[in-house]
Amino acid sequence: MASFEKTFTLHVPSSTENLAMIRDFVSSIGARAGLDDAQVLRLALAVDEACANVIEHAYGSEQFHEVTIHGELDNDELSFVIVDTGRHFDPAHLQSESVEELVKQRKSGGLGLRLIRTIMDDVQYRIIPGEKNELRMTKKLHKD
Amino acid sequence: MPSKFQVTQRPHGAACILAIEGFLDAHTAPEFEKAIEQAVQAGNVRLVVDCARLTYISSAGLGVFMSFLEDVRERGGDLKVAALDANVYQVFEVLGFPALLDIEPTVEDAVTRFEGA
Repeated sequence: MASFEKTFTLHVPSSTENLAMIRDFVSSIGARAGLDDAQVLRLALAVDEACANVIEHAYGSEQFHEVTIHGELDNDELSFVIVDTGRHFDPAHLQSESVEELVKQRKSGGLGLRLIRTIMDDVQYRIIPGEKNELRMTKKLHKD
Repeated sequence: MPSKFQVTQRPHGAACILAIEGFLDAHTAPEFEKAIEQAVQAGNVRLVVDCARLTYISSAGLGVFMSFLEDVRERGGDLKVAALDANVYQVFEVLGFPALLDIEPTVEDAVTRFEGA
C-alpha cells in the first residue's frame, strides 16, 4: 500500500459547549481511518477528555481562549494533538489514587487522564514555556 | 451545537428514578448534578439513574455519580445505575465503577434491590 498522510485541524473557543463539535470532528476522522463504531466512540471520548481538561483547568473555564485539535492520519496510526496556551500541568505528577479512594474523598479529578491512557496507545505531553502546551495521543491502527 | 442532554425525575415504588438521556459530558454534567442535588435535598436517598437513553458519558458525568454516592449511602440510601448501553457500560468498567456502584440490567431490577434491602 502506498504511504499517505492526512492532517485535519479544528480551532474552537474554549467552551464546553464545543465538546460535541470536537467529538464529531474526531469521529469523522476515526471513521475515515477505518475504525469501527465502538473504536470511534472511544477515540472521541479520549479527545473529549483532553479538551475538557484544557477548557476547565488550563483555561479555568474562561471561554475566550482557543483550543486547537490536529488530527494526523497515516497508514499505521492516528494521532490527535491538543494545543492550548493556558496553564500547563504535568500528568506525571497526577496522583494515582484508586477510584475507591477518590469516591471516599468525593473527588473526580484524574479520571479523564485514566481514560485517555486506557484508550490510546501512546500519550505525550509537551510544554513549550511561554508559548503553548501540547498533548499528543496516538492510536495504532494495525495492532499485531 | 452543544450536547443534547435531558434529565427527568419520577417516583417508582421505594425509589426515585432519574432518567437521563443524550450526552453526559463536561457541558451537561452540571445539569445532572443539579437534578441529583434537588432529589437528595427533597429527601430522596434511594436513587436509580435510568440510563436506557444515555448514549454517551465522559468522566465529568462519572464524577457526578462519584460525588453523591457516599452522601446517599451515609443517609441509608444508595445510588444505583440501570439499563446501561454496552458502550456506556464500557466507560464505567474501564474506571472500575462496577466494583463501587450497583449496576442493574433494568430499572425494575434496581428498584427490587431497594425493596429487598
